[in-house]
Amino acid sequence: MIKIEAVVRPERVNIVVEALVEAGVGGYHVSNVTGKGTQQGVEVFTGRGAATTTRAALPKTIITTVVKDDVKDSVVDAIVNASRTGSEGEIGDGKIFVSPVSEVIRVRTGEKDDAAL
Amino acid sequence: MDSGSVAWMLVASALVLFMTPGLAFFYGGLVRGKNAVNTIMYSFVSMGVVSVVWVLWGYSLAFGAGGQFIGNLDFIGFKDVSSDPESGDMLFAIFQMMFAIITPALITGAIAERFKFTTYLVFLVAWITFVYAPIAHWVWAGDGWLFEMGALDFAGGTVVHINAGIAAVVAAWMVGKRRGVDRGVEPHNVPFVILGAGILWFGWFGFNAGSGLAADGLAISAFLVTNTAAAVAMVAWVILGHIHTGKMSGVGAATGAVAGLVAITPASGFVGPMGALAVGLGSGVLTFYAVRIRHKFGFDDALEVMAVHGIGGIWGAIATGIFAIGGIGLVDGSAEVLGYNVVATLATIVYSFIVTFIILKILDVIPGLGLRSDEADEDAGLDVALHGERAYVGDGAD
Repeated sequence: MIKIEAVVRPERVNIVVEALVEAGVGGYHVSNVTGKGTQQGVEVFTGRGAATTTRAALPKTIITTVVKDDVKDSVVDAIVNASRTGSEGEIGDGKIFVSPVSEVIRVRTGEKDDAAL
Repeated sequence: MDSGSVAWMLVASALVLFMTPGLAFFYGGLVRGKNAVNTIMYSFVSMGVVSVVWVLWGYSLAFGAGGQFIGNLDFIGFKDVSSDPESGDMLFAIFQMMFAIITPALITGAIAERFKFTTYLVFLVAWITFVYAPIAHWVWAGDGWLFEMGALDFAGGTVVHINAGIAAVVAAWMVGKRRGVDRGVEPHNVPFVILGAGILWFGWFGFNAGSGLAADGLAISAFLVTNTAAAVAMVAWVILGHIHTGKMSGVGAATGAVAGLVAITPASGFVGPMGALAVGLGSGVLTFYAVRIRHKFGFDDALEVMAVHGIGGIWGAIATGIFAIGGIGLVDGSAEVLGYNVVATLATIVYSFIVTFIILKILDVIPGLGLRSDEADEDAGLDVALHGERAYVGDGAD
């Protein structure tokens, strides 16, 4: 089983999760986070607006899903297509992390691994 | 004016002013969190810009004795506006200032989440000068043509609500739809919406019960019918919502209450409690379906300004002609005022539509202005991009 974590633009979340479902993903979870990659953070006022500071806290959303090994590439492709801005892409479009998962257990039935996905 | 009336009108003016931050939270809760500061600022900044315009020339254009269509420049800078309680001139000018502040703020619901803020400041000045002041003069000044004709608008159904509703249609149409709006926008803070509606309801007692300009029986009656219409319209929205969806929405209850308040505004000095029930119920039903129809069109009047203030206001103007007691309305066998109010409604619609269109068209082509924010700013949220601030900072990262 493979875990796919995709950091995407918040305004793209709906499009990305639709693409995930179309690619056959059974479930996912979504977390709103803030952080910084290649893109700079946000510039905000401090105090009463006399000065500004740059915070790393750029809003991003992480969509996490665990899939069977054989669909990994198609799911990754679906995320890339859904979250890339235009055909060239732009800084800030996000990043995808792929990692192996050693075990999956469905709490209700005790089913394991592929059967539990 | 007697001291009791002076005291009441000072309080009523403050109540009307408080409606604008109430509106700010009503609208602020309805948008996405990334645009909360921006949406709230649209209303709040009107307290600054319009107050200045009002003192400099707004009041003079609206209430100077210029003729049937617009005032004159006699009261520029509040010159010769007496603070003597005997005449009550300055008190009236203060009370009217608060109406001028909230009216353009109402329009901003239509253009929320994508309008350009700098352009909005210029729009405020132009719109108060060329749209609000003339219509206020027609309806409320002693020599205004609608006033002389006999149209009845107790507290601002035409001047404030129909006017704002129509301007909202023009503005929403000209600025275009929000990006990605077809997927639906969920209100980010329903408690804000209800708090804002509650403050509006509270302030509306100054708006309506103050519009008789005295602490008297008319003020008491206007207070009761205002509350009654808001109440029944809220109940209508909650019940209709349950019939159509099986749930009772808090945003629906808040919207219904506002719709009832809008409709009773022109009628509040002329109807009794039973008339208020009819006015409020009619507004609740009409605005409920107006919102549903607006959604089918896909026309992005983001926060339903036309459906609630436009439709509710038009219904209120007509309902005043129907339910006014004391030999005025259709229920007492007279159709005269109904006819006058239809004329006042149509005149307001046509004038507001055309002049708002011209103002926005000009602002759109002036270099450095333009109506629409950058696409990237709109996607990321206008709070950080235009204001350098975030509504919600507790994100753990800093």
